[in-house]
Amino acid sequence: MFRRTVIKTLAALLPAAIATSAHAVDVSDWKSVEEAARGQTVYFNAWGGAQNINDYIRWAGDEVEKRYGVKVNHVKLDDTANAVSAVVAAKAAGKDEGGEIDLIWINGENFVNMKKQGLLLSPGWAESLPNWKYVDWKNKPTITVDFTEPVEGLESPWGMAKFVFFQDTARGIEMPDSFLQLVDWTQKHPGRFTYPAPPDFIGSSFLKQALTEVVADKSVLQKPVVEGEFETVTAPLFAALDRMHPNLWRGGRTFPKNKEALRQLLADNEVDIAFAFSPAEASNAIANNELPDTVRSFVFSGGTLGNSHFVAIPYNAAAKEGALVFANFLISPEAQLKKQDPEVWGDPTVLNMDALPQDDRKAFDDLDLGVATLPPSRLGPTYNEPHASWMERLEVEWTRRYGVAN
Amino acid sequence: MLRLAPLIAIAVLILPILSGLLATLLPAFGWFPALGGNTVSAEPLRELFREPGIWQSVWLSLKTGLLTTMISLGLVVGLFAAWSGTRLFERVRHLVSPLLAIPHAAAAFGLAFMIAPSGFLMRLVSPELTGFVTPPDWQILMDPGGLSMSAGLIVKEVPFLFLVTLAAMPQARAGDFHRVASGLGYGRMAGFVLTVWPQLYPQIRLAVFAVIAYATSVVDVALILGPTSPAPLAVRLVGWMGDPDLAMRFKASAGAILQLGLTVSALLIWIVLEKAGSALLQVCSLSGIRYLRDGALRWFSGGAMALAAVLVLAGLAVLAIWSFAGYWAWPDAVPRSFTLKTWMRSLDAVSGTLWTTLLLGLAAMVIAIVIVIASLENEARTGRTGGSRSLWLLYLPLIMPQPAFLFGLKMFFLAFGVGTGFAALVSVHLVFVLPYVFLSLADSWRAWDSRYAQVSATLGGTRNDTFWKIRLPMLAGPVLVAAAIGFAVSVGQYLPTVLIGAGRWPTLTTEAVALASGGDRRVIGVYAFLQMFLPFAGFAIAALVPAAMFANRRAMRA
Repeated sequence: MFRRTVIKTLAALLPAAIATSAHAVDVSDWKSVEEAARGQTVYFNAWGGAQNINDYIRWAGDEVEKRYGVKVNHVKLDDTANAVSAVVAAKAAGKDEGGEIDLIWINGENFVNMKKQGLLLSPGWAESLPNWKYVDWKNKPTITVDFTEPVEGLESPWGMAKFVFFQDTARGIEMPDSFLQLVDWTQKHPGRFTYPAPPDFIGSSFLKQALTEVVADKSVLQKPVVEGEFETVTAPLFAALDRMHPNLWRGGRTFPKNKEALRQLLADNEVDIAFAFSPAEASNAIANNELPDTVRSFVFSGGTLGNSHFVAIPYNAAAKEGALVFANFLISPEAQLKKQDPEVWGDPTVLNMDALPQDDRKAFDDLDLGVATLPPSRLGPTYNEPHASWMERLEVEWTRRYGVAN
Repeated sequence: MLRLAPLIAIAVLILPILSGLLATLLPAFGWFPALGGNTVSAEPLRELFREPGIWQSVWLSLKTGLLTTMISLGLVVGLFAAWSGTRLFERVRHLVSPLLAIPHAAAAFGLAFMIAPSGFLMRLVSPELTGFVTPPDWQILMDPGGLSMSAGLIVKEVPFLFLVTLAAMPQARAGDFHRVASGLGYGRMAGFVLTVWPQLYPQIRLAVFAVIAYATSVVDVALILGPTSPAPLAVRLVGWMGDPDLAMRFKASAGAILQLGLTVSALLIWIVLEKAGSALLQVCSLSGIRYLRDGALRWFSGGAMALAAVLVLAGLAVLAIWSFAGYWAWPDAVPRSFTLKTWMRSLDAVSGTLWTTLLLGLAAMVIAIVIVIASLENEARTGRTGGSRSLWLLYLPLIMPQPAFLFGLKMFFLAFGVGTGFAALVSVHLVFVLPYVFLSLADSWRAWDSRYAQVSATLGGTRNDTFWKIRLPMLAGPVLVAAAIGFAVSVGQYLPTVLIGAGRWPTLTTEAVALASGGDRRVIGVYAFLQMFLPFAGFAIAALVPAAMFANRRAMRA
C-alpha cells in the first residue's frame, strides 16, 4: 500500500506521465493505443452491489493486465450517479485532465445527462474499437440509440437488458399477461404485489412499461414530451394506478427501495411477483440461495421494455488508452461468452452470432442459461425505451400523486 | 511547538467544515458555473419548497430526531436512577459497551429482520400459533410515523449516551448524594433525579446534542427502517444529490441548507425542553414529595434497557445465522441448508480492503492522538484551558449534518488540487476522529494527580522527563482506549470515505454499504461481522496492553 502511494507520487511528478494523459487519442491507430495503455491503471466505476458481477469484473481486469499490461481497479459504487457527480465536481473545479474516473458503467438517463453536459470523451470512439466488428448493432437497435438518445460512439455496449417478471411456481398462482391484467390481478390478490418507488431505476422502468402498454399511439413516447400533452397521454396510466394502489402491499403506503428489496419480499413470501431488467436475475438468485429453485421467469406476451448497458469514458479520464483497451476486451467473444454464462453472471451478449468465428458461435450455442432463464426466443417482443423526458415527468408526477401517501 | 497544538487542532476541525459549508451554500443560491449556474437566485430554494410533501419530510425528521433523543435519554436516566451502584448495573455495563462497536446499518438490518411481519419472531410462532400461512400485511417496518426508524436509532444511541454518562459519573459523587437523599427519605430514583442528575446533565449535554443532530440527519438507518412516502429529509436530499438529472444538484444544495436549519431548529426546541424539564424538577423538589414507591418503575427501566440490548444482540445473532444460510424460506425458523459459500466469496473480495481500512484508521488515529496529547499537555503546562467554547468546536463535526458540508468540501479539495489521495482522506477522517479522541482522553488526562509532577520536579526531572517517564506511562490505559475509539470511528466512516476518496480507497465500510445495496442478508451478515472485527480488536489491545505493562504494579491494576 505504501509502495503504491510512493509510485503514485512519483508518477505525478514525472512530466512524461502527465503528457500522455493530455494528448488527444487516435483510436484508429490501435497499435499506439495499446502501447500507450501499457502500464496504465484504469479506475472502472461500476455499481458494486452484486458479488457475481464484481467477480466477473475482477476476472476481466486480471485478463487485460496479463495480456496488455493494463491494471483495472473496480471502484464499487452503490449508485452510478455518484460517479457522474464526481465528473461534474471535477469540471466545476476546472480539473480537465488527469481525472479520477477512467471508465463508467452507464446507460439511459446518466448517459443522456453526461452527453448533454459534454462530460464524455469525444469524438465517438466505440465504433472504431477492433472488436466492434462482432457487435450486433444492426439487429439490436438499443445499441445505437440509448433511451432514444443517439449513442454516436460515445459509449461502448457491454450487455443487453430485458424487463422480465418472476414468480414462485410452488405457490400455484396464475400470473397476469399484461399491465391491465395485473391491475385486475391485484384486486383478486390484495397486498401481494408492489413495485420499487420511483425514481428507483426499476420502479421507474415499471411505470414506463405500464405507460407503453396503455398509451394509444406508442410513437409519441419516442419524442420529447410536448408541453400540455403529458396529462392526456398519461391519463390511462394514472387511472389504472389509482385503481391498483389500494390493493398493493401495505396498501400502497410504503414501497420497497429497489429491486433487491422487492426480490427479498418475494423470498419472504410477502409478495407473489418480482421483476428485474436482467433475464438471468432469477437463475442467479436461485444459485445464490436467495430464491427457491421453483422460481421461474415470465414476460407479457404483448412485449416488455428492452435496452442495452454500456461503458463510457469521461472527457478528463487520466488513462484513456487503458480504458479503450479494457472496453475493447469487454466486447471480445471470449469476455462476452463468459459474461453470458449463468454460473458467472448470465448477462445477454451484445454480439452478432453470425459475425463470430465458428468455434465461438458454437460455445454460445452450448451455454446452459439456467433453470429460470428464458431463452432469447421466448423473451417476447421488445418495446423501445421512451424518451428520457417521459421518465423525468413520470417520476415528478408519480411523486406528486403517490409520494406523499400518508 | 507545543503551544501550536491547540491551533492545529482547531484548524483540523474548522477549516474543512467552513470551506465545505461555503461550497454547499453557493449552489443553493444558483451559483454553480460547471452546470451553467452563473447567477445568484432563490430559484433552487423555491423549487425545493414546491417539492411534494417537503414539509412532511421536515416534520418527520424533526419528530424522529427529538423522539429518539428523548426516549434514549429517558432510558439512560431511568437506568442510572434505578440501578447505578448495584451489582446488576455492573453487569449491564459490560453488556452495553460492545453495542457501541456495532455499525448502525447492521443493527438496523438485524432489528428489521427480527420485527418484520415475515421476520424471525413471526417465524417462531407461525403458522402454528398465529395461523398465518403467508406473512400478515402489517405496517411494522418503514411505518409512516417513523416509529420503527426511531427504534432502530434508539437501540444504538442508548449505549452511546450510557457510556458518556458513565464517564461523567465520577465527578458527580453519586454515592454521597444517594446516602443523603435516602437519609431524607427520598426514593432511590427520585433521589438520583433530584440531586445527581442536575450535576450530570451539563456534562453530557453536548453528547445529547450530537444525538439530536445525528437522528435528524441520518441516512443509512432511515433507508432500512424509515418511511418512504415521504422519506425523511436527509434521505430525499441524498437522492437528489445522486439523481442523474444534474440540475437536481441545485435543489440538493438548497436541501442541505434546509437540513442545517432543521437540525438547528431541533436543537433550539431541545433547549426549550431543557428549560421546561429543569422547571419541572424544581417544582418536584420544592413539593417535598418523596416518591418512595418506585419499585415498578425501577423494573420497567431495567426491563426496557434489557429489551433494547437483547433486540440488537438477537438481531445480530440472526444475521450471523444468515451468513451461513442456504435458502431460508418463510415460515422456517431455521434455514433449510447451510453453506460456507458467502464467507468464502466475501473474504476473497475484502482481503485487499482490510489493509486500506487498517492503514487509514491507524494514520488518522496516530495523528489525532499526537495532537490531542500535545494540546492537553500544553493546557497542563500553561494552565489555560479552552473553556466551553473549545468544547463547542469539538462537537461541531458531530453536530453538523454530514451531507451539508461534505459535498462542498469535495469541490473545494478538487479546486485546490488536493485531490483524492490518501492524505486528503486521512485529513477528512481526522475531522471526525479528533473530537472523539479528545473527549475520551481529556477527563483522565486532567484528573491525573499533579503531585506526581511535583515529586518528579523535586527529584530534578525536567517537564519532558515527567511527561515521558511518568505521566504518559501512567495514562497508557486511557490513551490506548482513546486510540481504540479513534480507530473505530475511522473504520465506521462511510460518506467521507466515498466522497473524498473518490472510491479509490475502498474500506470495509464502503464495500459493506455497496454490497448491502444488493440487499442480500447473507452478505450483510458477513460484513457486519467484519466491520465489528477491527474495532473489537482495537479495544482488545487497549485492554490487554496496560494489563501486561503493569502486571507487576499492584496500584496500577484497574
